[in-house]
Amino acid sequence: MSRPAPLGVLGATLALLRKDLLIEWRTRARLNAIVFFALATLLMFSFALGPDTRLLEKNAGGYFWLAILFASVLALGESFRIESENACMDGIRLAPADARAIYLSKALGNALLLVALGTLLLPVMVALYGVKVVTGFGDLGLVLALGSLALSAPGTVYAAISSNARARDVLLPLLLFPLVIPALLSAAKATTLVLQGDPMNQLNSWLGLLLGFNLIYWGVGFVLFPRIIED
Amino acid sequence: MNKLIKWGLPLAGLGVLAAGWWLGLAWAPPDREMGDVQRIMYVHVPLQWMAMLAMFLNFVAAVSYLLRGNGSWKLDSTAESAAEVGLLLGALGMVTGAIWGRPTWGVYWSWDPRLTSEAIMLVTYTGYLVLRRFVEDPDKRATWSAVVAILGAINLPIVWFSVRWWRSLHQVQSSPKTVDPQMVLPLRVSAIGLLLLTIYFLVTRYRIALAERQAEVALPDALPGASASVVPDAHKVA
Repeated sequence: MSRPAPLGVLGATLALLRKDLLIEWRTRARLNAIVFFALATLLMFSFALGPDTRLLEKNAGGYFWLAILFASVLALGESFRIESENACMDGIRLAPADARAIYLSKALGNALLLVALGTLLLPVMVALYGVKVVTGFGDLGLVLALGSLALSAPGTVYAAISSNARARDVLLPLLLFPLVIPALLSAAKATTLVLQGDPMNQLNSWLGLLLGFNLIYWGVGFVLFPRIIED
Repeated sequence: MNKLIKWGLPLAGLGVLAAGWWLGLAWAPPDREMGDVQRIMYVHVPLQWMAMLAMFLNFVAAVSYLLRGNGSWKLDSTAESAAEVGLLLGALGMVTGAIWGRPTWGVYWSWDPRLTSEAIMLVTYTGYLVLRRFVEDPDKRATWSAVVAILGAINLPIVWFSVRWWRSLHQVQSSPKTVDPQMVLPLRVSAIGLLLLTIYFLVTRYRIALAERQAEVALPDALPGASASVVPDAHKVA
């Protein structure tokens, strides 16, 4: 009997990503939950600050990314839960899938979920805060993609750790929030520049910072993740 | 040797530190602009230096733990003690900085890049220590916390170079070239005194951590929650 050829890291990543997206598509549980959570967060900002549209519009970039960050904690925490049922993670490891492929597929899946969330939040933000997209949707898409990737790279590592620890709900934000502050800051600044115009041409330097953050944490995550899930 | 570390090191450290502080308070001249307020530098700057040193030791121990393979309890205990001592020194350094900032800048806290990155660093290492408390299995705790330590250590160069990258309120690191020799001497003596004390703290905390690890590994059933966590863990992710 001939064995099927083993998948490389890339092939395994795509297969696992396809599996995760299929599960997500069939249940839509995570996306529904985080979309409503993020919408509630956006609403809460306008309640907490009072109905001052100018203030909300001025800070829209920051509120947008805070809503995504809070929702990302829910999404990340759930991303390993499906594997903890019925010893699915052991099955994947025995398949055998490279641990780095598991990392890439989970982190990419989380980033895609956050991009989808951001895309859905944008029209709501336009309605609630009255923002305009000044420098174009291409820039906004780039910021959203880079920011989501930056949150999910360290977030996936921490989700894998905290999903097995006691007090996981406390642990994930406690570990993740301080670490992603540079990413949050640059994503929020870049979004504000996209929404309010970029007369001083600063957008590229913030995008560069975001790209650098991504390169560091995707690299470190890729190298270190196998040590987390080895048994 | 043992007695030397237990009694000699703290006594020498306190003695040198007292000499450094005496030099700083009584011998060195007051600063031209800040006056006597500046003398807190002989406390604040060594604290921050030693905090950075301890955090760096934590990073080195974490990397070595992952490279050496599992089960090196000495490296894991080094990492734990370095993070705790570093967090304590860094927090004290931040408090003394705030006390210095109030008369100098007019505020205890400003959102200056140095202060902000330092605060982020302290919260990161708090998270690291919290993680250590929430994982019972010593093997997993050591591996996971080493990974978290490496991810968190990426902040350290940001904290150190923040005063150069973003020139703002906080002054650039002082060096013998920019500081009067009469201020360099007490600063150096205080730093050496605090270094001796830091080594003493590290060694003492390391011994406690190592003893805890060895007790955990020798008697896993005696751990709180040990019997409950053995079975379900096998089916979880890690």
